[in-house]
Amino acid sequence: MHYCLGDYVLDIAQNAVEAGPREVVMDLDESEKGFHVSVRDDGKGMTADEKARALDPFYSDGAKHPLRKVGLGLPFLVQAVDAAGGNWALQSAKGEGTKVEFTFPSASVDSPPVGDLPSLLLGLLCLPGDHEMLLRRKGPRGSYELRRSEISEAVGGLERASSLALLKDYLASLEYDE
Amino acid sequence: MAKMTLEQLRKLREEKKMDLTRREVDGKEIQVIVGMGTCGIAAGAKKTFDAVVEAVNAAGLGDQVIIRQTGCMGLCYVEPTVEVVAPGMPTVIYGKMTYDFAKELVTKHLVDKKLLDDHIFDRPAADIMKK
Repeated sequence: MHYCLGDYVLDIAQNAVEAGPREVVMDLDESEKGFHVSVRDDGKGMTADEKARALDPFYSDGAKHPLRKVGLGLPFLVQAVDAAGGNWALQSAKGEGTKVEFTFPSASVDSPPVGDLPSLLLGLLCLPGDHEMLLRRKGPRGSYELRRSEISEAVGGLERASSLALLKDYLASLEYDE
Repeated sequence: MAKMTLEQLRKLREEKKMDLTRREVDGKEIQVIVGMGTCGIAAGAKKTFDAVVEAVNAAGLGDQVIIRQTGCMGLCYVEPTVEVVAPGMPTVIYGKMTYDFAKELVTKHLVDKKLLDDHIFDRPAADIMKK
């Protein structure tokens, strides 16, 4: 199990990025009722059979580690959402892409803490690959959008530590506007 | 701090003159690779990533160090793991790289060029070893 909500988001986003997408679109929607997340990619997608197996903690598609005997990303998420009485959905079509959605209700004591948003956003933007990523954040302090290609261009790439530090400040300014 | 616009971000980058001090010498860059598979994330690798970014910049090495995320490196039992590729030093994979040790990694390994002996774990698990 992960410590905070952001950890689940990063875990699922990694799946999206590794599916070979051209674009990953993510919604991070925080309201009084709860935190709703949507991760959609236009990568390789799954058949109905693969989709069912993806939810099995003892299954991994073998793409990264051929001998691996576990695949815990989705099972961890499902377990956490179910424990908190939230809801989740997994849609996928082979060759078209996949969408994972989930909501953690605020009222539940079992919903994990949200965690540090700027840290999460930094992690999401830095996921390696040539894909585009669109992050749409709606929160108590307002809404904003981040486009990976634009951000990367503005800070001079997403690899050098100096660029990442600059980006972190930018993200903090969006989230904690005073 | 007030909300920055993208334009302000670009200006800030220019002011810091980061590109001028960037040394693009091939193969001489330092790479710090943080393991962020499910195992890493569960162990708090997100904080390790942040700590490394902070520590590298605090040590004035922001322009010379590349920080990357990767998936599981096969050392799930000692996550968070960090691989360090630095010229003149052996490539090592460190384990148990919590927030505090990430700072030590920068000052000891990258600046003083000394290995953190207690944290070296570089043998991956059998299921990711190449046959």
